[in-house]
Amino acid sequence: MQWLNAIIQGILLGGLYALLAAGLSLMFGVMRIVNLAHGVLAMLAAYLGVVFVNNLGLPWFLALVIVVPIMAAVGYVLQWGLFNRAISKGGLAPLLVAFGLAVVLTQLLQQIFSADSRSIQIGALGTSSIQVSDTIYIGWFPLMTFVVGVLVIAGVQVFLNRAPLGRAMRATSDDPETVNLMGINNRQVYALATALAMATVGLAGMFIGTKTQFIPTYGDLVLIFAFEAVIIGGLGSLWGTLVGGIILGVAQTVGSQINPSYGLLVGNLVFLAILAFRPQGLLPKAVTT
Amino acid sequence: MSLLEVNGLDVHYGDFQAIYGLDLRVDEGETLAVIGANGAGKSTLLKTIAGLMRPTAGDILYEGASLTPVPSYQRVPKGISLTPEGRKIFRSLTVEENLKVGAHIKRPGPWNLQSVYEAFPLVADRRDRLGVNLSGGEQQAAAIGRALMSNPRLLLLDEVSLGLAPVVVEQIYDAIPTITGNGTTVLVVEQDVNQALKVADRVQCLLEGRTVLEGPPSSLTRDEIAAAYFGI
Amino acid sequence: MSTPTETHAHATVTSHAKVKRSTRSSWAGLGIAVPVVLFMAAAPYIIDRGFQQQLVTLFSLVVLATMWNLLAGYGGMVSVGQQAYIGIGAYGLVYLADTLGLDPFLAVPLSVIIAGLLSIPISFLAFRLVGGYFAIGTWVIAEVVKQITMQVDALGAGIGLSLTSLNELSPGRRIAYVYWLSLAAVVIAVAVTYFLMRSRLGLGFTAIRDDQVAASSLGVRVTHSKRFVFVVSAMGCALAGGMIAANTLRITPDSIYSVNFSAFMIFMVIIGGIGTIEGPIVGAIVFFALQEWLSDLGTWYLIIIGVLAIVITLFLPRGLWGLISGNGRIRLFPVGYRLVNPIERFGRHPD
Ligand SMILES: Nc1ncnc2c1ncn2[C@@H]1O[C@H](COP(=O)(O)OP(=O)(O)OP(=O)(O)O)[C@@H](O)[C@H]1O
Ligand SMILES: [Mg+2]
Repeated sequence: MQWLNAIIQGILLGGLYALLAAGLSLMFGVMRIVNLAHGVLAMLAAYLGVVFVNNLGLPWFLALVIVVPIMAAVGYVLQWGLFNRAISKGGLAPLLVAFGLAVVLTQLLQQIFSADSRSIQIGALGTSSIQVSDTIYIGWFPLMTFVVGVLVIAGVQVFLNRAPLGRAMRATSDDPETVNLMGINNRQVYALATALAMATVGLAGMFIGTKTQFIPTYGDLVLIFAFEAVIIGGLGSLWGTLVGGIILGVAQTVGSQINPSYGLLVGNLVFLAILAFRPQGLLPKAVTT
Repeated sequence: MSLLEVNGLDVHYGDFQAIYGLDLRVDEGETLAVIGANGAGKSTLLKTIAGLMRPTAGDILYEGASLTPVPSYQRVPKGISLTPEGRKIFRSLTVEENLKVGAHIKRPGPWNLQSVYEAFPLVADRRDRLGVNLSGGEQQAAAIGRALMSNPRLLLLDEVSLGLAPVVVEQIYDAIPTITGNGTTVLVVEQDVNQALKVADRVQCLLEGRTVLEGPPSSLTRDEIAAAYFGI
Repeated sequence: MSTPTETHAHATVTSHAKVKRSTRSSWAGLGIAVPVVLFMAAAPYIIDRGFQQQLVTLFSLVVLATMWNLLAGYGGMVSVGQQAYIGIGAYGLVYLADTLGLDPFLAVPLSVIIAGLLSIPISFLAFRLVGGYFAIGTWVIAEVVKQITMQVDALGAGIGLSLTSLNELSPGRRIAYVYWLSLAAVVIAVAVTYFLMRSRLGLGFTAIRDDQVAASSLGVRVTHSKRFVFVVSAMGCALAGGMIAANTLRITPDSIYSVNFSAFMIFMVIIGGIGTIEGPIVGAIVFFALQEWLSDLGTWYLIIIGVLAIVITLFLPRGLWGLISGNGRIRLFPVGYRLVNPIERFGRHPD
């Protein structure tokens, strides 16, 4: 029963990881940027949550509704101010700029909020759960996180497939110069894609900041988890990312069940095993261009 | 006033100059063919008109106003549309999605999915196929269709016939009267001189970035054209 | 979408490009380097121990920057996980010397070799990823190495180890020996990079840098060359790890496997100038000076250096050395003609 419980908790955790990974995947998909600042940006969202909920006393859900658009705006500005410039330099510039941003932002958060661990308060919802059997409880908050993770993945996928802007994003990903001949400013598309990615990062940051005690450098782990979910699932496939997140989550909870200090290690080893034996991931995109 | 007027245009790739003080004009409703051998600067000219390249000197007037400060994506709402060399179909999008991207700015006019499919049966048959899986001719037809979806006033076509079977070229050129009939002015770049002479009201021949011959097809002899084309 | 898997090119080197490499300024380079190294070698007779220890820190930074530049500036691989090898080098030294009783100055080259051997299988994993995902992949691998270290009681688990076998020496000798070891490490790291890049492999990298697809069709064995550089860089970082352990005498998993080492390496190389031999040295010196100068500001120094690195990436991609040398006209260590700057060119996606 303990094992079954570990697996169930792992699946729920996987929804959170998929939520973390959606933005990383989207930015890579649209502009081939691997945003190394992804994790610390989630921490920025989490600290905003701390400010709004813990310090200003706003209700959790209201804070969520405020943090998400703030993060979207941050993404839009970052893209215009930093990443678009870096992309026009080409080569290693986007990666190096993203890395620099990650370091700078981590240190800034450290300056502002110190290295003491924090957590966003959510009150009773954080601890209440449904009892499934004698030993298995499903927490409302992890369940909600999982549902939001799945909805975000599905929503982004539908947006990319159906919405005119989503279509423009895919076209821009294929050929950023040629979309200009269709009257589409590829840089604006990039900025909107990053805004959307950061909106999901805002959600992810609120959820992870509520679930976990975090410090600024926790963003490193967030980036790694998101990355592992993306690679396990297969590049370019959002549903794959969900599967990847779930596999990572289960590996970690089962690892912790074996020995509390094994959780991260087992998760990483499962990732490396997939990299070794199935480098294209589990659900790679059917068509690669 | 001409629809398009190019005055003293210089264009460079880094240190290399591809176009030297070029003058060109296209009147509303006429079809101009720009011909020339490989490397004459034809594609460079079209890319500069569409705004993908910046001239280093000279100016381009469209509807009487300078295009110099206008970025490429803002030239499309003004009615300039380019079918680029190499077609540049979006590979991971279906044909229909490619067309819809062409209509992204929603410029009003006669062209829509329906009318493009009618003009290009080749495209209609392949509407659900991914761009990456199209043949060269299908790509070319889809690329023209995609350009038409923005309902251009001035359509720039680059090397429609490149690498295509004569039958397919024929089919595609058959659509040009429909296009001009719908009120679109066409500037076509061709290496295939015979095709160019057939559709064009006027021909302009480039050699190494300069105009060497210009006039209506009827006023030009084959020898004149050949001499200009090859620079002999 | 492009896949993360590396394409393997198998063919033999066929092209023999003629490149004139020695210039008058390169003789000047040798003319400067030799006296400087000789002078530095005399330092233990002149300067006090504290200063020597500081210089060892600077030397380890020079080695790290040079190795990261070898990887990214020439090989096009942005790693955020070189701390794995720093840790292996450091733990290797302490374990071989203290637990197995080897001579510490033998333990250093041995752990460098161990790190090089370990990096071979690691490269097969890491090379399944490219670009930014390669970067995070190397980081994950470093985390795994750290987590495994923390599970091993003989390595002090989560607490770490102290290096005691050097205590047989008097402090003055110990510090001087470590100093000379470190100076030698700098000379080796720079010389190895210099000769690697002047070799056929280096020429191949110039080709890869310009166009990976074209290079592989020309017969440059892209993956093999990259793997070779990856291993050499791992060994260099392990050497730096040994220097750090011998200098500080105490290592913990959190500090020696810290991703901050990667941040330092990247910042030093960007600030100094990527893709040159001189740039990382300049970058290390500037970084070290800034670190000392801004040390009162706490973590602000990293913020300032990080912002500086971003600004340089965007507006001065050839770094400070590019500025000093007039965009590459002066070359103290000419390794072949650079056609393009890697910040601007690497990793551009072929359409
Ligand atoms: N990206 C580029 N960089 C440098 N030079 C270029 C580039 N593109 C074209 N050129 C050069 O500019 C000149 C004009 O090229 P352009 O593509 O305009 O010729 P073209 O007339 O379209 O030829 P073709 O009929 O072969 O398509 C040629 O000499 C070509 O080598
Ligand atoms: Mg052309």
